[in-house]
Amino acid sequence: MPIYSEKVMDHFMNPRNVGEIENPDGIGEVGNPVCGDMMTFYIKVDNNHLSDVKFKTFGCGAAIAVSSIVSEMAMGKTLEEARKITPALVAQELQGLPKNKYHCSNLGAQALNKAIDDYLKKQGKEVKSKRRRKDEGE
Amino acid sequence: MIDMKRVYLDNAATTPLLTEVVDAMLPYLRDAYGNPQSLHEWGDEARDAIEEARGQVAALIGARSEEIIFTGSGSEANNFAIKGLAQAQQSKGKHIVISAIEHFSVLHSAKTLEKWGFEVTEVPVDRHGLVDPKEVAKSIRGDTILVSIMHANGEVGTIEPIAEIAKVVKETGALFHTDAVATTGTIPLDVKELGVDALSLASNQFYGPKGVAALWLKKGTRIMPFIDGGVHEGGRRAGTENVPAIVGLGKAAELAQRDTSSRTAHLYRLRDRLIQGLTSKIDHAILTGHPSQRLPGNASFCIEFIEGEAMLMLLSSKGVAASSGSACTSKALKASHVLTAMGIPAEIAQGSLLFTLGLSTSEQDVDYVLEVLPPIVDRLRQMSPLYAKFIKEQGGGR
Repeated sequence: MPIYSEKVMDHFMNPRNVGEIENPDGIGEVGNPVCGDMMTFYIKVDNNHLSDVKFKTFGCGAAIAVSSIVSEMAMGKTLEEARKITPALVAQELQGLPKNKYHCSNLGAQALNKAIDDYLKKQGKEVKSKRRRKDEGE
Repeated sequence: MIDMKRVYLDNAATTPLLTEVVDAMLPYLRDAYGNPQSLHEWGDEARDAIEEARGQVAALIGARSEEIIFTGSGSEANNFAIKGLAQAQQSKGKHIVISAIEHFSVLHSAKTLEKWGFEVTEVPVDRHGLVDPKEVAKSIRGDTILVSIMHANGEVGTIEPIAEIAKVVKETGALFHTDAVATTGTIPLDVKELGVDALSLASNQFYGPKGVAALWLKKGTRIMPFIDGGVHEGGRRAGTENVPAIVGLGKAAELAQRDTSSRTAHLYRLRDRLIQGLTSKIDHAILTGHPSQRLPGNASFCIEFIEGEAMLMLLSSKGVAASSGSACTSKALKASHVLTAMGIPAEIAQGSLLFTLGLSTSEQDVDYVLEVLPPIVDRLRQMSPLYAKFIKEQGGGR
């Protein structure tokens, strides 16, 4: 049996929303090439909603599938709703991930959150770091 | 639906069985089921079969039959050699020398020995994965009892100068073991020419069955038994012999000896076609391992800015089987210790991609890989933030 679910394979083979946004409202970069995975999320915010989400990812099949599904889950959501995309939800949405790939779902949720933080900072708004920590810690 | 092309380029993981090997094994899976230790016709038949195989394996490496100990895997042969030789020599000293790029079955055996009170020195390798005999000489101490350096590394293909290292080791009186799992049955090999005292080999690396391997131990070399419990394998490795597998190993050894030169010629030609084609078609693809002193079927690379597992998955979707030493492909999420020891930076090691060719590999297979891989690399690079950064730093590019 393949190690990845059909959903992971689908998002890996046909990733949604790959790319960069020109003049994004927020950018979130997590991981680094040395640790093996690196994700960059770009967001466009319109009336407190994520009107566009794009990503670039250096990493394994799971990392790419996670990025893709996170972008899909986040698209059109309010910032508050997008904050609620936890690593557990991401893994669930992908019909599960192999144990040693859970950290990829953390990275996906983190990257999105960082992009939102970046947007809020640029807007001169307060970044709710407590919630962020909670989201990242899961 | 048209069947998808399937190309198996993971022969370092395991080779397929040759038909002649299967045919040789079949009688011992059916009617000739006797236990080689039994004193009746059934036993005689099985005993004759494993002794013939012992002779075939010995002939392949220029050894005597009685020096061959059958084991259940190459990893077992390595465990046996490292732990068994160290334990048998411990009155003379407690120091062991290995290289930094050994197989885990050697590295972890050495770690176990450390827990048992032995001391281990790891000799470094250069950027091509070569062990310098001078480095081995430097690391040997008065109490060094065992040196173990692999004959070739299956992951990057580098063939080590074992005969030269043997000269250095011999002067010191320490025993010298070589893990020849990647080379036995693949390139010509003679234990006398190598000058070693012990050598591990594995059947499934040269078209024999899995679950069987051997440790060659020079006559008169003392070793601690690995499995207690019987007279099997000279009292050193108890357990009812895996007769069909041993027969298969024997046959595979015979065929390897007969066909070595035609096999290597075939592999060299296709390997070089793959290496040249890949490095000319794909920018920032680095050949890892030694450029010339390498295994005939090994084409190993690091493809920059992308990750190995993603490449494997896309290759697999095109019917191509390969492997990778990237952190993401390992269960432990650690980059290959071999690439790391060769000084390859972690982010580049992430792009590890290994093709190991075999007898069934054809020119069409190689050309197929050269056709499907570049778009895969392109596709992943278009997704990669590292590549985007690189292009930006280059000042535009495409």
